Amino acid sequence: MLRYVFRRLLTAIPTLLVIVTMAFFLIRVAPGGPFNQERGLSPEIKANLEAQFGLNDPLWLQYVHYLGNLLRGNFGPSYNMPDFTVGELFARGLPVSIQIGASALILALLLGGLLGTIAALNQNKLADYSVIALATAGSTIPTFVIAPVIQLLFGLTWKLLPIGGWGDGALLNKIGPVLTLALPQIAIVARLMRGSMIESLRSHHIRTARALGLSDWSVVVKHALRGAILPIVSFTGPAAAALLTGSIIVETIFSIPGIGRYFVEAALNRDYTLVMGTVVVIALFTIVFNLIVDVMYAFVDPRVRYD
Amino acid sequence: MIASETILSVKDLRVRFRTLDGVVEAVKGINIHVNAGETVAVVGESGSGKSQTMMAAMSLLASNGEATGVVDYRGRNLLALHKSELNQVRGRKISMIFQEPMTSLDPLYSIGNQLIEPIRRHRGLGAAQAREEALKLLRLVHIPDPERRMKSYPHELSGGQRQRVMIAMALANDPDILIADEPTTALDVTIQAQILMLLAELQRKLGMAIVFITHDLGIVRRFADRVYVMRYGEVVEEGEAEAIFVNPQHAYTKMLLAAEPTGTKAPPPPNAPVLLEGRNVEVTFKIGGGFLAGEPLILRAVDHISIRLKRNQTIGIVGESGSGKSTLGRALLRLLPSDGLIRFGDRDISAADRQAMRPLRRELQLVFQDPFGSLSPRMTIGQVITEGLLVHEPTLSGRQRDLRAVEALREVGLDPNARNRYPHEFSGGQRQRIAIARAMILKPKVVVLDEPTSALDRSVQKQIVELLRKLQADHELSYLFISHDLAVVRAMADYIIVMKQGKIVEEGPTEAIFSNPQASYTQTLMAAAIDVTRFRLSA
Repeated sequence: MLRYVFRRLLTAIPTLLVIVTMAFFLIRVAPGGPFNQERGLSPEIKANLEAQFGLNDPLWLQYVHYLGNLLRGNFGPSYNMPDFTVGELFARGLPVSIQIGASALILALLLGGLLGTIAALNQNKLADYSVIALATAGSTIPTFVIAPVIQLLFGLTWKLLPIGGWGDGALLNKIGPVLTLALPQIAIVARLMRGSMIESLRSHHIRTARALGLSDWSVVVKHALRGAILPIVSFTGPAAAALLTGSIIVETIFSIPGIGRYFVEAALNRDYTLVMGTVVVIALFTIVFNLIVDVMYAFVDPRVRYD
Repeated sequence: MIASETILSVKDLRVRFRTLDGVVEAVKGINIHVNAGETVAVVGESGSGKSQTMMAAMSLLASNGEATGVVDYRGRNLLALHKSELNQVRGRKISMIFQEPMTSLDPLYSIGNQLIEPIRRHRGLGAAQAREEALKLLRLVHIPDPERRMKSYPHELSGGQRQRVMIAMALANDPDILIADEPTTALDVTIQAQILMLLAELQRKLGMAIVFITHDLGIVRRFADRVYVMRYGEVVEEGEAEAIFVNPQHAYTKMLLAAEPTGTKAPPPPNAPVLLEGRNVEVTFKIGGGFLAGEPLILRAVDHISIRLKRNQTIGIVGESGSGKSTLGRALLRLLPSDGLIRFGDRDISAADRQAMRPLRRELQLVFQDPFGSLSPRMTIGQVITEGLLVHEPTLSGRQRDLRAVEALREVGLDPNARNRYPHEFSGGQRQRIAIARAMILKPKVVVLDEPTSALDRSVQKQIVELLRKLQADHELSYLFISHDLAVVRAMADYIIVMKQGKIVEEGPTEAIFSNPQASYTQTLMAAAIDVTRFRLSA
């Protein structure tokens, strides 16, 4: 197993290199640069800035420099927020995004899993149809509709939650964003769980378990659920990578200082180093979580062997 | 036989399923009883309702199923019991083993874990005691190295071993009745015999009654004290096993008993030309390997096999699963890459690529085992049959093709008017006829028949065997008949090759092999399949 993990991490290096290279050159293909702003800087200042950040060097040299810095863990300075390096921005924003994202993910897995199981056990009955309706609503209503509705109801009308802001990480401030982020995921997990649970309940070994007179709890939880959980485990990998790296919509509407907004803002502003930093972080999260999922698989399913 | 107490009686049992096509009645008011310690067989072909009867008794019907009537176990109606009361009986007093040993165990838990669970539940033992009991059970069903097997997972066991574990689980709480639903159907013949002998031995030791649900009259003859014959959800005949075999009353029972394929095939004349020849054919598969993954494992599925198929000859290739018999058939048709020499007529086709093989394909046809999977569900029968003509006789007009389809369907005994219908509208036997028609329409010289009768009921098997024989006589066909079923091979082939682990263990004319098998493996196969000694004499 350790050998397998090592091998996977080793193959992650070329993957990352390809991603970094493609992102580096793609963003440079886009017209404009970090210092072409609406107000316009005087040509001398612009030239000075570009010289200072090495933007006048040939592109391949910039690429080599960037890779060199990256290897030393240095993401470089942000061009549009000159007081911060990209590393500092992540150090502030990432914990916020991770807290919100992880809470949403855990909520989605627990609640979605529960709803899906209830639906499967009551297939084609009222409870099942309710869950399907809820899941359809959850995955079709966009977050930019859900978020303001939550703000309106919980914040303004009932005054239960703050309307927005981080509040230094107060619990109440997190509820709105977590709910908004979790709802579509709950819908997806519930749907997945329902399907795989129905299939699992029909399998021959469940028939065996019933024929042996095992309790309903054991049949459902010990035997059916464990088999049904595998698709959820695969889903968790990419979902975790997406959720933990923040959401621009949720962070903007609730005014939360996460890193979700950076990607879009940085791309629009041609803040090259920040774009690259975001790409690297998202790629790393994706690779690591997919690896974790594959390792988890081997724990849940003894038929999966890595060696 | 000593009259003993009736412990299970099924009275006026009806099973209905709600389906999209309305309510289907699978079991239509049957009466069955089981006495303590006896062996009862419920016999019937697919769709007779024999399995659903016992599923209903155990409350294991699918969610759209519903059972009415009475299933009386020692004075309690199982159908009316609350689930928690029912679970006091299921797995404890009445237990069940199933046809599918590969999927009937939970793949995610170790054997030990799965054995211990019902012991603890029904007997309230502690973990350590239950573990001891589980080990005892594994020894009882002759699992080698039980300590180690406790930690194994189902996928690490062979089919026969899994069925042994299933039996151990079923016997964990010393049941009154063991219901065995086609317990050996999915197993190789030698393993079948072992499992049946194990069940007989356990019955002698433990004294439980056994209910066999089976389509295999061989099992019934060897095992059963009493027999119920079912058809279309009804019991058409019941009685002592001996009486039913000696003097069947109902026409359906007579038909079932006569359904064993009979007759033999005369060998072709000695001067008949060799059509398909393989010399030192070898097929290897690579398993695993790749980037940073180390050396691949080389598996030799066909190991230096030589074979000569003459015109109008049928060579039966016999072997158990994994023996390489299907792989050999495919390699000879150049559907798999292989080493060695393969000749068709006077051409060396060992190195022929797809392009070069294409014109020869019409003369080398293949019929598969699975009549359900091998026909495209979205094409009409006419389209399925004539598809090959589009490739091999592209000059034919649509009308000519249609005429050929009519001719081919008539030849395999189907109504030609059926050619605009779709495969799902046909039964298994009819579909196999369609698959045969698809091969025959091209007027082939050699047909590889890969287990063509294995998925069919005995009575249908017999018809297919007769059809294949007639086609061979009419067209001087050569067959390579791949099968694990010795009764069918005996009726079809004039020459037999017995394979094991990719090698030929014995070959010769059919009668010589059957009357005087030389290799010990062949003897085991024969004994397992043909022997009719009773395992259990009526007490």
